Amino acid sequence: MPHMLTRRAALAAGAAALSLPAALRAQPAEVKIGMIHPVTGPLAFGGSQCRLGGMTAIEDINAAGGLRSLGGARLLAVPGDAQGKAEIAASLVDQMAEQKVAGITGCYASNLALAATQTAAKYNIPFSIDSGIADSITARGLANVFRFFPNNTTMTNQAIACLDALNKAAGGPAKTAVIVHENSEFGTSTAKLLGERLGTIGIAVKETIGHATPTRDFTNVVLRIKSAAPDLLLITNYPNEYQLLLRTVYQQKVNLVAAYSVSGGGFSLPFAKDQPQVSQFMIDYNHWHNPHDPRAIAFRKRIEDAGHVFGWEVLFGYFAVRVLADAIDRAGSIDPARVNPAFAASTFSDDWLPYGPTRFVQGQNQGARGLGLQIQDADIKAIWPAEFADAKPVFPRPRAS
Amino acid sequence: MMALLLPALVGGVLTGGVYALVALGLTLIYGVLHIVNFAHGSLLMVAMFGAWLLATRLGLDPLAAVPLMAGAMFAIGWGLYRFVIGPVGRGDDRGVLLATLGVAVVLDNAALIAFTGDSRSIETPYALQMVQAGPLLIPLAKLVAFAGAMLIALLLWAFMALTDTGRAIRAVAREPEGAALVGIRPARIFALAYGIGIACLGAAGCLLLPSFYVSPQVGGMFVLVAFTVVVLGGMGSFPGAVVGALLVGITENLGNLYLGESLGPICVPLLFIAVLLVRPTGLFGAVR
Repeated sequence: MPHMLTRRAALAAGAAALSLPAALRAQPAEVKIGMIHPVTGPLAFGGSQCRLGGMTAIEDINAAGGLRSLGGARLLAVPGDAQGKAEIAASLVDQMAEQKVAGITGCYASNLALAATQTAAKYNIPFSIDSGIADSITARGLANVFRFFPNNTTMTNQAIACLDALNKAAGGPAKTAVIVHENSEFGTSTAKLLGERLGTIGIAVKETIGHATPTRDFTNVVLRIKSAAPDLLLITNYPNEYQLLLRTVYQQKVNLVAAYSVSGGGFSLPFAKDQPQVSQFMIDYNHWHNPHDPRAIAFRKRIEDAGHVFGWEVLFGYFAVRVLADAIDRAGSIDPARVNPAFAASTFSDDWLPYGPTRFVQGQNQGARGLGLQIQDADIKAIWPAEFADAKPVFPRPRAS
Repeated sequence: MMALLLPALVGGVLTGGVYALVALGLTLIYGVLHIVNFAHGSLLMVAMFGAWLLATRLGLDPLAAVPLMAGAMFAIGWGLYRFVIGPVGRGDDRGVLLATLGVAVVLDNAALIAFTGDSRSIETPYALQMVQAGPLLIPLAKLVAFAGAMLIALLLWAFMALTDTGRAIRAVAREPEGAALVGIRPARIFALAYGIGIACLGAAGCLLLPSFYVSPQVGGMFVLVAFTVVVLGGMGSFPGAVVGALLVGITENLGNLYLGESLGPICVPLLFIAVLLVRPTGLFGAVR
């Protein structure tokens, strides 16, 4: 008699619940985590990759028994599609606040993150940034916004140090550069920083060229690069434009010592595999795993075996959720007034990234760093610094034939 | 900057060729039948993914796939009109507009599920080949696409001007009741013309793929500019679509060159407004 059994089971569960201490009884069975990413529109690929990372983290945390301090509460993803539009990202925060999420991760692009975090601040919802890199996201004094990953200043300073080291090791063949950037917050702020820093390592910027997202044709831009005849081409933009630009550079036979990007949106394994000639020897300073850590290698294999593309966005999405969940777990509550301080005091170390100790200052992890990467024979290799490298750099690149 | 003028002009003409490819089908659908086809970009995306699948799964070169994809897209277009857009729209412009919008949303999201948001491209032996013309390096794939656009324009013009079916399409577009009185079945003609318009996208998808990428959002990159080209060239005029596309391509390239990639894009809307102020029917539009 299934009806009787169900009722008995329900009564037993009710009795058990009543016998628990009040604090435990009040714990939620599920803790909702909002995830805001552009999964449609021009930024869909990166956004979907971040979401994949976030979902994988939730899967792992739940499989490991959920949030222990909350009686093993399971995490439940509340995904939202920002469509690449800042106003939609902001309105998703309002919707998620109504759904009582314990925290939010996102938003792949800096302009989306700026809008979403601003709205989240109204509710004091803990916000764990994944791949938004603009400094301003954490530099506005919002007590609910945290970034485990490197910000633009860190990445740019390290990228310049990497470029300088590669150039000096090769005898200093690079003396001039052209910077091409997309013209929203991410590209413009990176280009500005790059322009300021290049002079300090003896590289003169000949021209800085901005472009819109999306851009259909890069012939003009490449002709301008060609006429400026720089040693280096520095790029900072999103995937489609990144790849179209490099394709045109290859076609127009632009001779360069190196093409170099900082947080290059299009620097990915599919690009390396689909366009081996165009992508060969492209250098990017980006977020990456520690290639010597077996857990990182196993994670990459797991993502690829499931039929997905492995990329740095997956790592962002994954660890954004992991550090947020860790903060909630240590707070022992989903109350933002307790989670935010716990996040700020985080010393999260269960990662396989090339990071130093975790320490948040005004929402920014001081231990975060990137790596110098290069596409070599249709694969991504770490080339700098030497302690994390799994290949030797090719610098300067062979001349265009 | 003067040294870049000639390459930018040639680049503009080639970009115009790409725009013409997308606009030719639209000038038949929008210009002749007056269907505001919001699904045009999405159907271009379907054609490009079709060509991509044929190339990656069966090893069929996109150029060799042109007849196959044109045929397949004709069938898709004909079926869409016959079974979805026609019955849903019921001849009402707003209904047709919403039906095409609905088709676009379904196709875009189905592609997102099937292919994810990733951009894909293929490497053909000629995709990165360049033709040297003096100081100019011209991508072979774009030259081929340009030639393809011109050929399609010529074929469409000949079809519409010289065949009975072409005359029937024009008759239905101008006076459906009169056409019905002389024995033409408007519903069949609409489906046929819509199918032909979409078949052009089949060819366009194959010709674009070697020099571009495909993603579920790729249609959005071209559809607005295609509407601009059709209205600028004159509704329903095939020479107008080609000239309009070339003008838009050249204006865009020169605008970007002299005003920068951020301010440059205002040149095309300015040209559009200027032409419509002087010639409200577009460059080659017939005054009725």
